[in-house]
Amino acid sequence: MAVNQQIPLLMELGSPGRRAYYLPKLDIPSKPVDEIIPKNLIREEPASLPELSELEAVRHYTGLSRRNHGVDVGFYPLGSCTMKYNPKINEDLASLPGLAEIHPYQPEETVQGALQLMYELEQDLCEIAGLDRATLSPAAGAHGELTGLMLIKAYHEAGGEGHRDEIIVPDAAHGTNPASAAMCGYKIVEVPSDERGGVSVEHLRQVVGPNTAGLMLTNPNTLGLFDENILTITELVHDAGGLNYYDGANANAILGKCRAGDMGFDVVHFNLHKTFSTPHGGGGPGSGPIAVRDILVPFLPTPTVEKDSEDCFVLQHNRSKSIGKVKGFYGNFLVLVRAYGYMRTMGPKGLKRASEDAVLSANYIMERLKDVYNLPYDRVCMHEFVLSAVMQKKHGVTAQDIAKRLLDYNIHAPTVYFPMIVEEALMIEPTETETKAELDAFIEVMRNIAAEVLESPEKLQQAPYHTVIGRLDETQAARRPIVRWQAAETEE
Amino acid sequence: MGHPYLSLTDEERLQMLSDVGVGSVDELFVDIPSEILLKNDLEMPEGLSESELWAHGRMLAERNMSLDSNPSFLGAGVYQHLIPSAVKHVANRSEFVTAYTPYQAEISQGVLQAIFEYQTLICQLTGMDVANASLYDGATGLAEAALMAVATTRGKRVVTFESLHPDYLAVLATYLRAVDTELVVLPAKDGLADIESLKPFLNEETAAVMVQQPNFFGLLEPVDALGDLLKESPSLFVASVNPISLGILQAPSAYGADIVVGEGQPLGNPLAFGGPSFGFMAVLDKYIRRMPGRIVGQTADKNGNRGFVLTLQTREQHIRRHRATSNICTNAAHSALIGAVYLAVLGKQGLTEVATQCAQKAHYTAEQISAIPGWELVFSGSFFHEFVVKAPICAIEVERALLKEGIVGGLPLSKVYDDKKWENTMLFCVTEARTAREIEHLLQVLREVK
Repeated sequence: MAVNQQIPLLMELGSPGRRAYYLPKLDIPSKPVDEIIPKNLIREEPASLPELSELEAVRHYTGLSRRNHGVDVGFYPLGSCTMKYNPKINEDLASLPGLAEIHPYQPEETVQGALQLMYELEQDLCEIAGLDRATLSPAAGAHGELTGLMLIKAYHEAGGEGHRDEIIVPDAAHGTNPASAAMCGYKIVEVPSDERGGVSVEHLRQVVGPNTAGLMLTNPNTLGLFDENILTITELVHDAGGLNYYDGANANAILGKCRAGDMGFDVVHFNLHKTFSTPHGGGGPGSGPIAVRDILVPFLPTPTVEKDSEDCFVLQHNRSKSIGKVKGFYGNFLVLVRAYGYMRTMGPKGLKRASEDAVLSANYIMERLKDVYNLPYDRVCMHEFVLSAVMQKKHGVTAQDIAKRLLDYNIHAPTVYFPMIVEEALMIEPTETETKAELDAFIEVMRNIAAEVLESPEKLQQAPYHTVIGRLDETQAARRPIVRWQAAETEE
Repeated sequence: MGHPYLSLTDEERLQMLSDVGVGSVDELFVDIPSEILLKNDLEMPEGLSESELWAHGRMLAERNMSLDSNPSFLGAGVYQHLIPSAVKHVANRSEFVTAYTPYQAEISQGVLQAIFEYQTLICQLTGMDVANASLYDGATGLAEAALMAVATTRGKRVVTFESLHPDYLAVLATYLRAVDTELVVLPAKDGLADIESLKPFLNEETAAVMVQQPNFFGLLEPVDALGDLLKESPSLFVASVNPISLGILQAPSAYGADIVVGEGQPLGNPLAFGGPSFGFMAVLDKYIRRMPGRIVGQTADKNGNRGFVLTLQTREQHIRRHRATSNICTNAAHSALIGAVYLAVLGKQGLTEVATQCAQKAHYTAEQISAIPGWELVFSGSFFHEFVVKAPICAIEVERALLKEGIVGGLPLSKVYDDKKWENTMLFCVTEARTAREIEHLLQVLREVK
């Protein structure tokens, strides 16, 4: 089947009675079902699941996979998402039966390898963060944020400062920051950016105070800029009695170069599915461990992994001041396995070199595009940078149009319209795993598109042309939501 | 020296530095205050080659007892089922694995269509109107449902029962404490939700009543009665269900659930020491705009071709920021994809058969165990594929005796409950993956424990 041919939905395939899988015959004496399950609880009709052959199912999903872009398919400079290469050996590790087929309620003496891995990973993350302990429980970055804020809240309450109900968030912050703060019952105080793209220290001075619970910050921030005033900022918050939360979404810029703890942060989350190379799976599962300063350690969620006197690893479930559990069991273990494999492979020198190359690659692209696209903050960037399509917009071409045109070249678009403080934003993050040739090809395509804007803007407004489907109407999708297949619609 | 996964050569680095107009890479880090710039390498083990890493990984794996080669009777939220080989082969295609959230729909039709199909499958299983693209897991899914109910009804209290999974209860408590919402845990009587005790709480103060079906003890809750009771109530009825059980059990829509959540791991996902897996959520149409998480919707391109996009994004954090329905961003798309492929391969008859075999094998095993002198079933109610038995000795001793014979589990309930009364009790799970021989081996060991 050609890639650009539409693929029927799973529900439109198959025939009644067809099967792909048979169980072994029931090898114990059985009873009529209604003797073991009360009649009123038995399903009257089986769920109308597909009825396919194995080949039919395999072809269906293989067909779908061919209609999808991934890091293994082509360049993926999606800003703030760190779409680096996902090493294959780590997939192999995660499928070892000794790691993949263990149950969370097995006796601890039968999972010592798993606990050792978690213990060592925690140590590595603490070293990278420059902090004291970590929890591996959070399932994603936003989940780490929520957990970290709960710790901050517990800390203030324990210190008799429970009235502190404000979280300060810069206007350039990821949307998850204010959303997480709200889920933790906090009021959000927004602080603007200054003309250099950093937090406005002047404004921060005005908003910190006796009600400040904490500040959430990404550094480098979402403009890809390292905040030069970072030490002043974190000190201001500390002086007011608040704590500092580091959103580690952009940690790929600073591995082995500097540490959040040294910057004055008290709690940090890492996105293992960004910085530590675990695949993003089309939207997860990820993992968002958080590392904390000693003052927050008593409040960490349960369980923690500890090493006892006989060098055995144990899960510590009873911690009197803990905020409790934030996730079922112990976190996304197989994601931890992959990140552990990555760290063991890279070592301290490799991690540092990864950040250096990521930063070099971003600066290289930025330098070679800033004459044809507006660069709102013209200074050395870190692992990513933000261009603005304001010049192109004068010709009727938006950041969205440019993004769609890139798809025609087997390149995933940058993050668009974010951060919100930049008009027509295009946020570009190449990562360290691309070759120079790939970076050069991207630069050339971006320059060609800039030229195309001047020659035939209307062409861009209709892009993409070479994808499996044309530009999709998102407005229609939201106005009249069709969010599942329904039999009636196809029976014509 | 070189490092794997880095693609620049030294020569290219020099060329690029010169194109950027700096003399060394350090000049790119000038914005970092010098007092915090690290002078030394991080203190971590030096990098390993691929073969060294593999050997190290295998060493760690060998220090675990894999349930791939040892029969297990553990359940309690994570279940071992037979997984058709095709499932991991297609789900692990790297175009799916190495993609981000499908922000650019035109080159992400594979993931988007797969999620749209997943949403449909979850609706078909649960009988509900709409499903989201997944949540982290069953426990956080239940907590999200609670927050959603609070936002929808403006009630200030969430009610559940002691028969809920203790981890789910713990996560729920953590989430609700953060927003100062009261959590009331009502008693279980003979292992089942005590409906009488619920009556005083049926008023507008209660945002949701949450029940697990089958419950933590494997028992089937009186969901019909609960549904009847909640029909006229302002509180939302939230059911946390095991998706495999829906091969044989009534769909939650039939007993009046408003929100259905659950742990997706039993659908084709490995045990994985408890994660990653996925949480599913399905609701009635009228709650769609209150739902957390991604939702994929159908639309068309300019030529009228059917296509799929992320939709109703104004609910979400990247648009609505602190007014979003949830902070969730990355969810568990790939685990959910595995779940969808599993359902596609198992199919209509396959899922019914899996559920039926689970129930048959569990009931057979329960009957056999309770026939051993000194052993008895703790609860009298009907169950699906898990049951609690009382041993003549401490359950930890039983666990040890089984382990000596290479058998893992059941779960001594003293591991999750402090109360002394649980000391001799064990929660057993028997799925279709257990053979008659393995069950017989279990019985043999149990007959001999003293």
